[in-house]
Amino acid sequence: MIEFPPGLLLIVGAILVPLLPHVVRNAYMLALPVIGFWGLLVLPEGIHFGFDLFGYTLAPVRVDGLSLIFGYIFHIAAAISIIFAFHMKDSVQQMAGLIYAGSAIGGAFAGDLITLFVYWEGTAIASVFLIWANKSEHAYKTGMRYLIIQVGSGVLLLAGAILQFKASGSLDFAKMELSGPGPVLIFIAFGIKAAFPLLHNWLQDSYPEATVTGTVFLSAFTTKLAIYALARGFPGTEMLIWIGATMAAFPIFYALIENDLRRVLAYSLNNQLGYMVVAVGVGTEMALNGAAAHAVSHVLYKALLFMSMGAVLYRTGTAKASELGGLYKSMPYTTGFCMVGAASISAFPLFSGFISKSIIIAAVAEQGHWVAWIVLLFAAAGVLLYSGIKVPYFAFFNQDSGQRPQEAPLNMLIAMGITAFLCIAIGIYPAPLLAALPFPEDFQAYTTSHVITHLQLLLFSALVFTYLVKKGYYPPQLKAINLDFDWTYRRLIPNVIRSLGNVFVPADRQIRSAFLNRVEKFIAGVFRHHGPEGLLARTWPTGSTVLWVAVLLSLYMLFYFI
Amino acid sequence: MIEHLAALQVVIPLLCAPICMLVRYRDWAWIVALFGSWACLVISWLLLQQVIVGDPISYHMGNWAPPLGIEYRVDTVNAFVLLIVSAIGAVVTPYARESVRAEFGVNRVYLFYTSYMLCLCGLLGVTITGDAFNLFVFLEISSLSSYVLIAMGKDRRALTASYQYLVLGTIGATFIVIGIGLLYAETGTLNMEDLAKRLADQPLSRTVGAAFGFLVVGISLKLALFPLHLWLPNAYTYAPSVVSAFLAATATKVAVYVLLRFLFSIFNVKLSFGVMPLDTILLVLSVIAMFAASAVAIFQPDIKRMLAYSSVAQIGYMVLGISFANVNGIAAGIIHLFNHALMKGGMFLALGCVFYQIASVRLDDMAGLGKRMPWTMAAFVVGGLSLIGVPLTVGFVSKWYLVVGALDRGWWFAALLILLSSLLAVVYIWRVVEVAYLKPAPENAGDIEDAPPSMLIPTWILIGASVFFGINTDLTVGVAKQAAMQLLGAGG
Repeated sequence: MIEFPPGLLLIVGAILVPLLPHVVRNAYMLALPVIGFWGLLVLPEGIHFGFDLFGYTLAPVRVDGLSLIFGYIFHIAAAISIIFAFHMKDSVQQMAGLIYAGSAIGGAFAGDLITLFVYWEGTAIASVFLIWANKSEHAYKTGMRYLIIQVGSGVLLLAGAILQFKASGSLDFAKMELSGPGPVLIFIAFGIKAAFPLLHNWLQDSYPEATVTGTVFLSAFTTKLAIYALARGFPGTEMLIWIGATMAAFPIFYALIENDLRRVLAYSLNNQLGYMVVAVGVGTEMALNGAAAHAVSHVLYKALLFMSMGAVLYRTGTAKASELGGLYKSMPYTTGFCMVGAASISAFPLFSGFISKSIIIAAVAEQGHWVAWIVLLFAAAGVLLYSGIKVPYFAFFNQDSGQRPQEAPLNMLIAMGITAFLCIAIGIYPAPLLAALPFPEDFQAYTTSHVITHLQLLLFSALVFTYLVKKGYYPPQLKAINLDFDWTYRRLIPNVIRSLGNVFVPADRQIRSAFLNRVEKFIAGVFRHHGPEGLLARTWPTGSTVLWVAVLLSLYMLFYFI
Repeated sequence: MIEHLAALQVVIPLLCAPICMLVRYRDWAWIVALFGSWACLVISWLLLQQVIVGDPISYHMGNWAPPLGIEYRVDTVNAFVLLIVSAIGAVVTPYARESVRAEFGVNRVYLFYTSYMLCLCGLLGVTITGDAFNLFVFLEISSLSSYVLIAMGKDRRALTASYQYLVLGTIGATFIVIGIGLLYAETGTLNMEDLAKRLADQPLSRTVGAAFGFLVVGISLKLALFPLHLWLPNAYTYAPSVVSAFLAATATKVAVYVLLRFLFSIFNVKLSFGVMPLDTILLVLSVIAMFAASAVAIFQPDIKRMLAYSSVAQIGYMVLGISFANVNGIAAGIIHLFNHALMKGGMFLALGCVFYQIASVRLDDMAGLGKRMPWTMAAFVVGGLSLIGVPLTVGFVSKWYLVVGALDRGWWFAALLILLSSLLAVVYIWRVVEVAYLKPAPENAGDIEDAPPSMLIPTWILIGASVFFGINTDLTVGVAKQAAMQLLGAGG
């Protein structure tokens, strides 16, 4: 049996891509993750391919339950993304996608911090090409910002790894205590990739700017690798519960008022990550199982939603809510798949999100973190509002925009179909997913308490709804909208939220623009001194160097004689 | 034969120089230079093998016993530097054939090889000698010949660049000779070992302090330590491609070696870092060099000039390592000396290939070059990755030991600054990548091929070595650590 390090196959395989003719290329690219997946199945647990690099023992491949489940889902996501991109002929994007997926997989199996760092930077550098592939000036600038932040995260990770090595004498990537500068730096590095609140802006900034196919790749890997890293390095760190709860709650305000539907999805990505971060923070076996399970189902339904929006963008050239509407007539399959994704993300029973979210919420409740528990429930309602309803509604229903695009290309439909099938399959028959979790799990999703919890959620919404109708606050134009009562959220809660948003959003914008101004001024200043005509780049007269010589000499003399 | 290796190391290039002059015909001159540089490589390899396992070699010129006679003394430190210099020479010479033919007037080619051999001889001599005054003599040989080499550039600004270098280099040399003179006045000897012994025995005098100041400033000028780097960007920018590559990879490295030798072997750690606050001064200057020069590099439209400024920044790293004054720091300095020679040499050679084909190294003219000259630009990018310090390249190894050295010394902020300044390298390398790979070639660009193999192969040897030594660090790290311990041990 030939063993190879997971992920490396995709990275090395990517080199051949530009050499192959287009016909063979798709099959070849699809074969890579399939073979890689099979490789995972035969890979025994433990540490492989260990070697010494200038005196430090490295463990490039460490196989255990936690890394395996992330390895599985990354391979599946890579295969789906590749199918979705079958129609595309741009070899740069194809290579970047493969290397990016391979790096994320490799990162999930990294047994030491240096290997992790290498793959960590690999994901950063490969993925930026998916943004640049859009070839607009805006995409270029966005990509640059994205790259700087991602590489910065890697630099922090490396710095943290060195400090950790100094402190503990080991480069092992294992559970760390959040004390001392090393783990703190590593924690921040992970936090940037996981889009912690205040470190999150790169995500909403960049994902909607990527190409149609690129966003699907992007949504699957970077942040989930960060979740894996957190689950590996900092399980049970209480701070994560609060960070995660904030993450789950705050994007809702933004998502509700956002017009670009891909950006809405990017916000909801952030909110879903919050669930996983909370679960990692709780840190019990059940919670970590929940984080892993939610990562799996999240990768699937988020990819599905991004694919459906990508298909819309591909056919109509826009993903703006205000310009879309009524597409269900001409894109019926895409509509259906999008609804499956929306149902999954809103955790409707019988869809994948319900299973994984229930595990997390149950694990949080079990440990008695009630505040976090309530926030997560509140956030679940929020998700229903903006992801579950807003995205499909504005794109496919709403007022007819008059657009009559073709149905999505066949390869996109196949990719969406497979993903939708997996979303439903997990929801109905979760046993295989539960079996693949890192710790033994006999979780029962369809128990009275879970179903009741979700019913409570719905009842709460209904209560708000009824109250507002009684009081006459209910907007009359609702009759025009042929949707279920959930739609009322969009009319009522937004009024509340908008007033909140009116405070938050400008403040946030002001802070950001003030910061950007600072940065621009700084760069202008640097240019003044260091630009081609700047003080430091000019050819000074010879005499000035002689002056410096004199200054330095007198400096030495001064130091010596005093 | 074998006992005369130390002398042959210097004598062979010294003899090759006049022979090049006499044969005149350009290909013959090239063959002579090729022989000279390869012979030097073999000799330096043999010398290194001897000193790694055994004691330092002491060779008495003309059998005059030191301290009166001139002694050539080879220990691990300078054997390693000898290997670097002669290896770069051996790689550059085959490359020179095409490049020199294209960039020089036909009847000046033999003059190039003559001064090139003299320069090599001077650099090797500075490194190998154990006599302080002899060191000054060889320093002048290498400097004078490099002024000639730089002035040979086609661009007329090469003349002013060379002239400026001449003025500043002479000031540096004068300072060095004043320093050596003061030491002689104080101790009555010029032999380095003897100097070290006598300086350690007697109480510190003002003369020695002044000598120290003059020497450090003079050498700093030679190695282009900020703010005395003024001569370097112009000299490297306007010199012919081969000359830029050769000098960038060797001349400043030898100057760094001289600094190491004076600070640790002749003076000692107690004087250099105890009495004089040299560590603080070097730390401040090198950190400014790392940031200011990198920032200037970011905005340069001329890529050769960009690399020149990047060299100033990289010299900052080497001096930073020295300023830590501990084994890991000095080893990092020596490792970076070797590594930087590989990568910067390789990148300058790659630029030479670009210049050979499109007669320009301005960023604007390099649009779409990634597709038109794939091998050349790939070499440039790999070299650039190494400059940034990406793992599996030599740049990473250097940075790693620098950071370890900084932490050993307890200077956290220095470690942080090292990592931060690497980000600046990302920016200036990226500008080239972006233009060469992501921008389409201009419409009117004619069809060009990649550079000829005789230029590409040497380029890739250096670039390949910069990857090889990033993975296999036995040679560099092993030797550098041994050398660092020798230096610190010698100083007590």
